[in-house]
Amino acid sequence: MMEASADIAPKVVKEEKQYSYLNLGPTHPATHGIFQNVLKMDGEVIVDATPTIGYIHRAFEKLAEHRPYNQITPITDRMNYCSSPINNIGWHMTVEKLLGVEIPKRVQYLRVIIMELARITDHLVCNAVIGVDTGALTGFVYLFQQRELVYEIYEEICGARLTTNIGRIGGFERDFSPKAWEKINKFLKEFPVVLKEFEDLLKRNRIFMDRTIGCGGISAERALNYSFSGVNLRAAGVDYDVRAMNPYSSYEDFDFIIPVGTNGDVYDRFMVRQEEMWQSMSIIKQAMKKLPEGPFHAKVPEFYLPPKEEVYNNMEALIYHFKIVMGETDVPKGEVYHCVEGGNGELGFYLISDGGRQPFRLHLRRPCFIFYQAYPEMIKGSMLSDAILTMSSMNVIAGELDA
Amino acid sequence: MMDAAAQEKLISVINEKFEGEIIEAAMDKDFFTLIVKKERIVDIISHLYNHEDTKFQYLTTLFAVHYPDQNQIAMVYQLHNLSTNQRIRLKIFLSADNPTTPTLTTVFSAANWMEREAYDFYGVISQGHPNLIRILNVEDMLIFPMRKEYPLEDQTREDKNDLMFGR
Repeated sequence: MMEASADIAPKVVKEEKQYSYLNLGPTHPATHGIFQNVLKMDGEVIVDATPTIGYIHRAFEKLAEHRPYNQITPITDRMNYCSSPINNIGWHMTVEKLLGVEIPKRVQYLRVIIMELARITDHLVCNAVIGVDTGALTGFVYLFQQRELVYEIYEEICGARLTTNIGRIGGFERDFSPKAWEKINKFLKEFPVVLKEFEDLLKRNRIFMDRTIGCGGISAERALNYSFSGVNLRAAGVDYDVRAMNPYSSYEDFDFIIPVGTNGDVYDRFMVRQEEMWQSMSIIKQAMKKLPEGPFHAKVPEFYLPPKEEVYNNMEALIYHFKIVMGETDVPKGEVYHCVEGGNGELGFYLISDGGRQPFRLHLRRPCFIFYQAYPEMIKGSMLSDAILTMSSMNVIAGELDA
Repeated sequence: MMDAAAQEKLISVINEKFEGEIIEAAMDKDFFTLIVKKERIVDIISHLYNHEDTKFQYLTTLFAVHYPDQNQIAMVYQLHNLSTNQRIRLKIFLSADNPTTPTLTTVFSAANWMEREAYDFYGVISQGHPNLIRILNVEDMLIFPMRKEYPLEDQTREDKNDLMFGR
């Protein structure tokens, strides 16, 4: 027997396991916003992720401490810009809660209609984007035509489209015009057909299901510990919806189902959103059917800009007009927390007033900011392409994340 | 909303283990608010988390407020029991000169970024936090910008010469 000489024996080189680092973002088209993640990769498997946020931080909380109450509404637009009416109305309701104003039933119903329209657009964008990230661009392009219809409704109501600044503290600046109702009716007629088509395209699609089921999942227990809210929590199987738990703006008057998932994965989130869109549509229909007559704003002259003809002819209206425009309205002392079910979770406003013209402190509970921190845990051990999908299905909006 | 019986119950649950820690307990609009001593806040929250009768297992929010007149920083914790739908608010007051508090990340994973935010904007140091660095502001920022002594715009900046807007 010959023994292999040391010279020709294969050399076994013992190397430590090498990881590679990948910088995903901050401006990457696949992340749909400004998110940076430093990924520690083992081949194509993610070992760890370090998210960096704050790229578009605009100091909303500090800004709010230096502005009169009615001028804070445009700030809230710029948080979750996919559903800015919910942010606006959530803020109006917070101030109304502090002031203790009784809001007319009609205003509450009109608000519900707008908020549900906003929820539809929010979910629609997110679900369409899940489609894009799994390779189905068709749905995205198709659904965006429907989003356009909703934006036209906003335009008819408040004149703006994306950053809406809709309504006022106390109600609306004007009643819905007949044209607005026409557009809402048109949307309600056209949208279900399109949504059904979109749903049929993906719901039982083998490729889509293989791609999304079991991807980016989180257990209910972990989701609760991470203070998830909104669709992400419901997809994990917890039926927490602010609209049902703490009804605001007369949500208790409507019948709707809160869909829940089981695995908390991308597919569940997609399906929960899909069902919520149908529910939102039903809520809008109920609200339109039961819509009471009455004024379209509450009696809060300190916050509600009077009609122009009164400003020119009436001393009192002129004074109020001046005070509102110059931001010289004092607000009673107090501390309130108000939350609404935003497009992606519990959107809370914690307002502390010291009796001045500006808030002493406004804390914004931004749902994205809270649940995005679970992202590294959710993508650990998954493929890079799944990480992209997980992020888009969580509906993380950079504007809200960074405030 | 918590009725009087639930409030009594909550106070007795806390007093079971933490007698004398509650400074003040009152209903503030629709929130039951407790002001407690700062030292054992995390133990109290952890007790409320685990106790059979309270089970406040959802952290709604956590943030800081600066009161310059009292030279204090308040930390506000809002907890939620999702099965009974009770919400409470706990408050502690720290000295603004050296605000330190034990970390809540041991109970809630969600507290991680919230505490980082409180540090970033108010300089509240959460002892035992796994990664207490700035979160939204740049790393080399020297101040804690949400404190009341800092104006909205940095007055020392020289790169902005925008006379038209009175800066």
